[in-house]
Amino acid sequence: MPRQIRQWGPPLLLISPSLIIVGVFVYGLIAINVKTSMTDVHKAAQATGRAPSHFVWFENFATLLGSDAFQHSLKNLLLFTAVFLVGTMVMGFLWAWLLDRPARGEGIFRSVYLFPMAVSFIASGVVWRWLLNSNQGEMASGLNRLFQIVGLGFLQNNWWNNVNVGIAAIALPAIWQLSGYVMALFLAGFRGIPEELREAGRIDGASEWKLYRYVLFPQLSPVALAAVIIIGHMSLKTFDLIMSISKPANYQTKVPAIDMYVFKSSFNYADSAAVGVILLVIVAVLIVPYLVRTARTEKN
Amino acid sequence: MPDMLRTRKRAGPIAALIVALATLPLALAACGGGTSSDGASSSAKGGGDVEVFTWWAAGSEKLGLDALVGVFKTQHPEYKFVNGAVAGGAGSAAKDLLQSRLQAKDPPDTFQAHAGKELTDYIDAGQIEDISALYDQFKIRDVFPADLLKLLTVDGKIYSVPSDIHRANMVWANPSVLTAAGLDPKAKYDTIEAWFPALDAVKAKGKTALSVATTWTQVNLLETVLISDLGTDGYIGLWDGSTDWKGADVTKALEDFKKLMSYTNKDRDGLDWPEATQMIIDGKAAFNVMGDWAVAAFEEQKQVAGKDFIYFPVPGTDGTFDFLADSFTLPVGAKNPDGAKAWLETVSSLEGQTAFNKAKGSIPARTDANPADFSVYQQTAITSFGKDTIVPSLAHGAASSIAVLNAIADATSKFTTGASDLKTYQSELAAAVAL
Repeated sequence: MPRQIRQWGPPLLLISPSLIIVGVFVYGLIAINVKTSMTDVHKAAQATGRAPSHFVWFENFATLLGSDAFQHSLKNLLLFTAVFLVGTMVMGFLWAWLLDRPARGEGIFRSVYLFPMAVSFIASGVVWRWLLNSNQGEMASGLNRLFQIVGLGFLQNNWWNNVNVGIAAIALPAIWQLSGYVMALFLAGFRGIPEELREAGRIDGASEWKLYRYVLFPQLSPVALAAVIIIGHMSLKTFDLIMSISKPANYQTKVPAIDMYVFKSSFNYADSAAVGVILLVIVAVLIVPYLVRTARTEKN
Repeated sequence: MPDMLRTRKRAGPIAALIVALATLPLALAACGGGTSSDGASSSAKGGGDVEVFTWWAAGSEKLGLDALVGVFKTQHPEYKFVNGAVAGGAGSAAKDLLQSRLQAKDPPDTFQAHAGKELTDYIDAGQIEDISALYDQFKIRDVFPADLLKLLTVDGKIYSVPSDIHRANMVWANPSVLTAAGLDPKAKYDTIEAWFPALDAVKAKGKTALSVATTWTQVNLLETVLISDLGTDGYIGLWDGSTDWKGADVTKALEDFKKLMSYTNKDRDGLDWPEATQMIIDGKAAFNVMGDWAVAAFEEQKQVAGKDFIYFPVPGTDGTFDFLADSFTLPVGAKNPDGAKAWLETVSSLEGQTAFNKAKGSIPARTDANPADFSVYQQTAITSFGKDTIVPSLAHGAASSIAVLNAIADATSKFTTGASDLKTYQSELAAAVAL
């Protein structure tokens, strides 16, 4: 027994502060949030205990998921995530592929592509709000004006003010900011592939395309998956970019995170918590299978 | 980072994720940082800090607050004013922080809130004190208009002291744009209906006929149309239940609102009110419906009333004062309640109201202020406030609770972006008010 304690004790002691903090501030608060989401605390008075509140199980979830407004938010989130993911993956891969070849000034380009990531979403959102101004014709400014100047006037559109696909326009700045990050991931992936493998492939007579298709791509798939997971979960939680380009009340750019904010400011804590739980579940659906898969791979 | 990019080691999935996550905080560099304040360190009677929580952090609002603090220092030199102003989002950032602080039972000594129904949540939650007694102590029951006190009273109790009054049903216009469109700047429009030909004339000239900004300014426009079409009794009835939101007269008002929105600028949802008002100053738009804080924007840019810009009540609302007011409260559990009361006394005093409103551009809630102390526009507003029917503003928290206002804003945004038709809009409004 003492030997076992000696074996387990010190490591346990060392990680216990973080265990406790994570336990309280992450899992404890998630538990409280889930509990709040199953009550009928829709008014300020109930939150302070001056009015009675009840446990209602999944009623809030049923109401939310059944409401047109929340379905619209979910649809927006799906569209945003799809555009954001495809955009960053394509751009990031393309840049990494270009930089992977020995090119002059590689370091400069690498920095140039990575820099947008250093800007906060709030700051870049303000600039993009000007760029994505939806005025057209004589009143045009931002990108619409640019289209006019270069003779591509027909490309003018109302950007994020389109009620159906407007949210996709907000994915543009997000792609601009995070493509560099995906590039860095892919570049690390490319550099992680031993030169010998390429040489062996070439000696065996593989064309450039075949070399990529059968030698390089398979080795990049873990990196690609990691990139999808990271961009995907960021996209699901996106809030600040939308807040700084649009406004929380704007219907065309509603996503669940915005709903959560609006519910909270209306003292509707139960629905706000319910949106939080729904978001958590969506993110978990994305991440948990990945973690399970990697855990299995590591074991083998 | 460069080292990572150069390593020629095969990255396993876990390693890749770890590397990726390690660099993630860079990407998440968001702006944050809440202000935390300890509030008063000493709550001994007759001294100590008084933390005053507002969203008056810039522009004419800041000047007003500074002037008020000046009066406070003279009237109550024993207290130290602590500025708890939070900037951003036309008060939404401040309200969010306030909500958390009240929930955590760490209230400021006094906070700014829109007078009227917006206080309901705080009252129901037991977060602010009934200060009716202070009205007797300061002898201010008779200095405020009876209409106003009635709107401030909840179940016979008053919970806040109004510091200033604004009027939300004003049209601002650029006379040279009107003349260019063949209109007489002095023309009077008796109804919204009568206004349309003028808007058409401006539209025909290729200018924006009516400038508007994001959702809340659209709600501001909506409420003035409701007042115009339903009359003051009908409009007040919307909030006490005696007017049916599903009625035909509301449908008519919403049709007028829809038509008005068709004259507005397409980039409205990305703008806030100063940008919409700027379109008048720049001669890009003819009319703008906005509360009378807009006058500060004109005056800051040396625009002369009557020559560079004109103003009149929204067509059909002459004789109605669509009011909103800022007010100060006494939170339950304030660290320095005596200091807070001293602040409320200054806020309610004639000197305080005069100094504050002169700088802010609003008008005093007190009826005994001397109009000669104020600007031309303010003088007309003071006259109107004295004789008009006072109705509460929706967009500014006087007419409804925050939850109702948010639901109305959501429905309005959905309607003006074209995602719902008029029938759906009307039923969503009715549902919102029933919240």
